[in-house]
Amino acid sequence: MNIVPMLEAQLGFLPDPVVTTLIIVLKILCIVIPIMGCVAYLTFAERKIIGYIQVRIGPNRVGPRGWLQPIADALKLLTKEVVIPSGANRFLFLLAPILALGPALAAWAVVPFGSEMVLADINAGLLYILALTSLGVYGIIVAGWASNSKYAFLGAMRSAAQIVSYEIAMGFALVGVLVAAGSLNLGEIVEAQRGGLSIFSWFWLPLLPLFVIYFISGVAETNRAPFDVSEGESEIVAGFHVEYAGMAFALFFLAEYANMILISGLSAVLFLGGWLSPLPFLSGIPVVGLLFLDGIHWFVFKTLIFLFFFLWFRATFPRYRYDQIMRLGWKVFLPITIVWIVVVSAMVVWQVPPWFDGA
Amino acid sequence: MFEQIVFYCFAGMLIFAGSMVITVRNPVHAALFLVLAFFSSAGLWLLLEAEFLAIALVLVYVGAVMVLFLFVVMMLDINLAALREGFARYFPVAALVAIVMMVAVGTVVGRANFGLDKVAAPTPRPSDYGNTTELGRALYGEYIWPFEIAAVVLLVAIIAAIALTLRTTRQTKAPKPERQVLVRREDRVRLVKVDAERQS
Repeated sequence: MNIVPMLEAQLGFLPDPVVTTLIIVLKILCIVIPIMGCVAYLTFAERKIIGYIQVRIGPNRVGPRGWLQPIADALKLLTKEVVIPSGANRFLFLLAPILALGPALAAWAVVPFGSEMVLADINAGLLYILALTSLGVYGIIVAGWASNSKYAFLGAMRSAAQIVSYEIAMGFALVGVLVAAGSLNLGEIVEAQRGGLSIFSWFWLPLLPLFVIYFISGVAETNRAPFDVSEGESEIVAGFHVEYAGMAFALFFLAEYANMILISGLSAVLFLGGWLSPLPFLSGIPVVGLLFLDGIHWFVFKTLIFLFFFLWFRATFPRYRYDQIMRLGWKVFLPITIVWIVVVSAMVVWQVPPWFDGA
Repeated sequence: MFEQIVFYCFAGMLIFAGSMVITVRNPVHAALFLVLAFFSSAGLWLLLEAEFLAIALVLVYVGAVMVLFLFVVMMLDINLAALREGFARYFPVAALVAIVMMVAVGTVVGRANFGLDKVAAPTPRPSDYGNTTELGRALYGEYIWPFEIAAVVLLVAIIAAIALTLRTTRQTKAPKPERQVLVRREDRVRLVKVDAERQS
């Protein structure tokens, strides 16, 4: 991040607030553009990986081995007409995709990519994440209602109930993390996981039930298979976005995949030590050793593992029945999280080694 | 200067959203304007460096309460014409009540008690100061007993509300997954060996 003071010096002729704003906008672009690229290639990865899991090849026509497929998809969606149903509420119908995408991108503001690489290093980072991930549901409900269609409305209702239910389990899992780390700042949470045992001093081990519950709730929050009842094709066509076409539809797609990347990144930061290296003792090796230092590449690598899990789940599990989703969230996850918060608090109070002895 | 611009943006938005909540005809629009009002007030609290309150407002009211609110409002078929009946007849009384309320609120929170000369501007804190920790210390240290009593009252209310909705009738056909997974093949399927019909 040596570029920032250099840029500030270059822009010295402008008034200070303008320089600050410009630099923040540049940083936002540095985060959002790679995420958009990741979303595009995540759709490609999804089709390829699920293809190979199902013993197919997947898309292989556009470009070498299909590598230009996402770009072709994006161009196609851009040139298509955005159809607005005649009975729809025009303003809310167009506002809904923006409401879905906005929080999915805004939450990245506090995610630390490296020890200094974070847009907004705020104290209440975890709370901010919780607040913003709970806003994504508005896009879905508003879309379902504004479409003036039964299928869309049913999908929106299902998804709203599901997201609100799983948010509670997710919130409790995050409470466990904040008790263990003693901080709401995501950077400090990662630093709290640094320890002598490298991979075993990360929070996934002492918080194992919370880790599993957090990730499964994340899958449910993003309305991905096996929790994708809000778009269950066999019952309600495509759920809340059935009336959308063209770029408006693409925005919902972008939001869903951006949310997947966000959940994966957060799981990596909260439970797998973010940018910390799993094998720091190998950094003595010449040349290759640089790879084993802490850095953004470990964050990316851990995020990719979780993204692969998302795709793997989709190819493996059949869709949950709606009442069983509710049962899982309220009757299974919630009690486990509450019990484990008590366990974690006890571990912190009695300073159980090797995680909580302050070493 | 910059802070004042931000303040007036949020304050204007808050007043606009607040007045739209009570004037728009569509109840879903009203609920969404209420969301906007919550957001603007959260922005105002952020300006006061009350980041915990601001985020908690968004988290609790926007993220949970208003979602359920919208949920209900969308499913209700509200007849607005019936709600607006007799508007002219009740208007004078309503206006009187509104004026009395305004005067009462104005005298309490007006310049006499909360004027700029009465309340000093909050001192800006260093950037490593977090009021989440301070609030936690106050709630779980100094005010632990009132806090616990409030928590118990809330818990009782939650349990009562859930108990009121529990109405298991004998007609319930909902399967119990915990019993479903215990089903064994031997209990359900009986293989019968049937001899082939003999040709006579």
